[in-house]
Amino acid sequence: MTDTMLGQAVVYLAAALFCVPIARRLGMGSVLGYLLAGILIGPFCLGFVGREGEDIMHFAEFGVVMMLFLIGLELEPAHFWRMRTTILGLGSLQLALTTCALTAGLLLLGLDWRGALAAGLALAMSSTAIVLQSLKEKGLGNSHAGLSSFAVLLFQDIAVIPILALLPFLAIQAGGGAVHGDAPSLLDGLPVWMKAGSVLFAVVAVVVMGRSIVVPFLRIVTKASVRELSVAAALLIIVAIAYLMELVGLSPALGAFLAGVLLANSEFRHELESDIEPFKGLLLGLFFIAVGASINFRLLTDKPATIISLVLAVILVKAVVLVVAGRLFRLSFDQNSIFAIGLSQVGEFAFVLFAFIDRLGIIGRDWTDTLMAVTAISMTMTPLLLLANERLVLPRFGTREREEQEADLIDTEHPVIIAGFSSFGSTLGRFLRANGVEATILDNDSDQVDLLRRMGFKVFYGDATRLDILRSAGADSARVLFIAIDSPATVNKLVATARKHFPHLKVMARAGTNLDAHELLDLGVRDIYRDFLDTSVRAGVDVLASLGYRRYGATRAGQDFIRYDESAMHHLAPHRHDESSYISTAREQIRLQEQLLAGDRTANHTHHDHAWDTSTPVTAAEGETQP
Amino acid sequence: MNNILILFAHPRFENSRTNRSLLAGLRGLEWVTIHDLYEQYPDFNIDVARERELLLAHQVIVWHYPLYLYGPPAIIKQWMDLVLEHGWAHGQGSYNLERKPIFATITTGGTRASYARGGFNRYTIPELLYPLEQATHLCRMDWLPPFVVQGTYRLTDGMLADCADQYRQILLKLAQSPPLEQIRGYEFLNDWISALNRKEAP
Repeated sequence: MTDTMLGQAVVYLAAALFCVPIARRLGMGSVLGYLLAGILIGPFCLGFVGREGEDIMHFAEFGVVMMLFLIGLELEPAHFWRMRTTILGLGSLQLALTTCALTAGLLLLGLDWRGALAAGLALAMSSTAIVLQSLKEKGLGNSHAGLSSFAVLLFQDIAVIPILALLPFLAIQAGGGAVHGDAPSLLDGLPVWMKAGSVLFAVVAVVVMGRSIVVPFLRIVTKASVRELSVAAALLIIVAIAYLMELVGLSPALGAFLAGVLLANSEFRHELESDIEPFKGLLLGLFFIAVGASINFRLLTDKPATIISLVLAVILVKAVVLVVAGRLFRLSFDQNSIFAIGLSQVGEFAFVLFAFIDRLGIIGRDWTDTLMAVTAISMTMTPLLLLANERLVLPRFGTREREEQEADLIDTEHPVIIAGFSSFGSTLGRFLRANGVEATILDNDSDQVDLLRRMGFKVFYGDATRLDILRSAGADSARVLFIAIDSPATVNKLVATARKHFPHLKVMARAGTNLDAHELLDLGVRDIYRDFLDTSVRAGVDVLASLGYRRYGATRAGQDFIRYDESAMHHLAPHRHDESSYISTAREQIRLQEQLLAGDRTANHTHHDHAWDTSTPVTAAEGETQP
Repeated sequence: MNNILILFAHPRFENSRTNRSLLAGLRGLEWVTIHDLYEQYPDFNIDVARERELLLAHQVIVWHYPLYLYGPPAIIKQWMDLVLEHGWAHGQGSYNLERKPIFATITTGGTRASYARGGFNRYTIPELLYPLEQATHLCRMDWLPPFVVQGTYRLTDGMLADCADQYRQILLKLAQSPPLEQIRGYEFLNDWISALNRKEAP
């Protein structure tokens, strides 16, 4: 019965629904629940799925593929740049030290140096899936340990590319690739240098295609404004890239990661993120189940001592290296213990690498089987170890330091969200920025979004009425939502959504006509602004005041801004025919705005407003001290 | 219990440490209304009817402001021009504010010694307040000596806390209708409350 696809699906889903709630109730986290579900339905317990030797990881890997795509999406250049020391420093330190230690250990166990190095590299990988999911569930994602873990995992994920390219060279001695793998690869039977080269070639191909095909493709799709289509497009991108990578014998997860990185800097980032999120969770669960199911208990019963000591040795070595690295990067005891234990397992990329190693015949089949079992078991142990650390170690030895809020985290949560950035919204946004208040902007015009991003605004592309997009724009922590969207129907929908899900948000809105204004009043919006420059500035003054600015100061800033804006308009007017005369009005508008925004940056709006802020007391009468 | 209305005017309250702690000291006194003019009327468009209602609902009036170039901030003058209008506050037999005690709470950067004949600022604080005093005289109000916090640039946190405490005590006493003739004999309300405290202490 379980041979059919539907039967399989029933088994997987039922196991997850049965085990995960129990695991959560016991305080173990869902990852452990999935793993237990996998063990339960696996070939060595109930035997519902995966007869011995059958590769169930293959299909389940898709969850990891999605997750890596999402991680790639997270990887904005700015974000990466902020974390560069941690990623490069901590990441390379961990990888180098762990690989050395493990390679040395494997040499002692009798592998030749090539095999030891290849296996050492594979074992040095940690599990992005397990660690990020576990930390997120514990709410540690933004803690020091969480950020350090993310950095190390990121470095590993990137490092897989050169490692995959390196492996064929290690296979030289073993003499070409004996084909064990099941996936028919285009590369089989090619000379070594071509295999290595093709890895790099595939990476480059993904990069080129991402920029020149995917982004324009997404633009067309989103123009259609059908939600399902953009979800389908997101899935297609991932599946297509995964398939391509598989075709050249590379890891699909890796391809997806690269694709994510490419799209991270496009305006579709947040929409893609929220499109895929629900699939990710479920497929990742499937992956964990598969890991659980693929634990080879036969090997475990055949030579339990070997496997268990190997697992413990690997975990110990990795943890020790991580503790040292964490110390060097000044993690506190609490954070360091979470960091070290969290990353001490062998990760899903090890499956990929071992499969590749196996196909290349670098080490024997026995070894790869054993090490894959070690990998799966160590992954299962991680949630348990984290739980033990949390329950037993930290309460006794931990200092429970209060997490210091990192300054650069604050900039991701702006107090104001502006929905719709046409002329009204842009004036408002510019005015707020001129007064030191950054706003998060939601807009669904991709040209506009492009421009604003170039001008350094935090812009989310997408339909503001969508709950998930609002949430990722920070509606949970923002204080004011300003709606400057033209379509009254959309405005009404957005007001309703905001009222229902974010009752703490102060909703303010622009209205085109009196009729629109009346409708907004009916919806309970009190702060309504009818069009044009003065109104948008007045709206800005009110936003500042509701953030706690003094009304008088804000009013003066508003008056200054109007004066500045009018002179900027006069200043720009003579230049408007500089470029080719056939520019459409829409383009012209955008260009005008660009010039204004660029001008804002250089103008100092407050330079003349400190008349009452004398820091030198002129009336303090230094003379009085003289007799 | 008298209700007390504080007409507060500071164009840069967000940056004023002294006035912040003076007002913070009044928290929780429900018979004190702090009416922040710059916050209420950032465009100087004063709602005269509302102001008059407030005045009638309170028995003691306070102008509270920092001294900039020897006078009150512009909005106080604007307020006087609009609210203390002929025919309502004075003249034509209508003296709506008659016999209401009124005084000024002033913060200055210069010290008390610098506001003196022969000092750096050449005039005393009461002298600099003549236009205000005369306006209240015209309205037949009861002008009291000012409460002043001076040398604000050099106040330690402790001294500032003492000033805030004095301010609170003064308002407390004034809310209980003390003999006004006695108070008028002092140059500053600061001196009056110090003398009172000295008498009460053993």
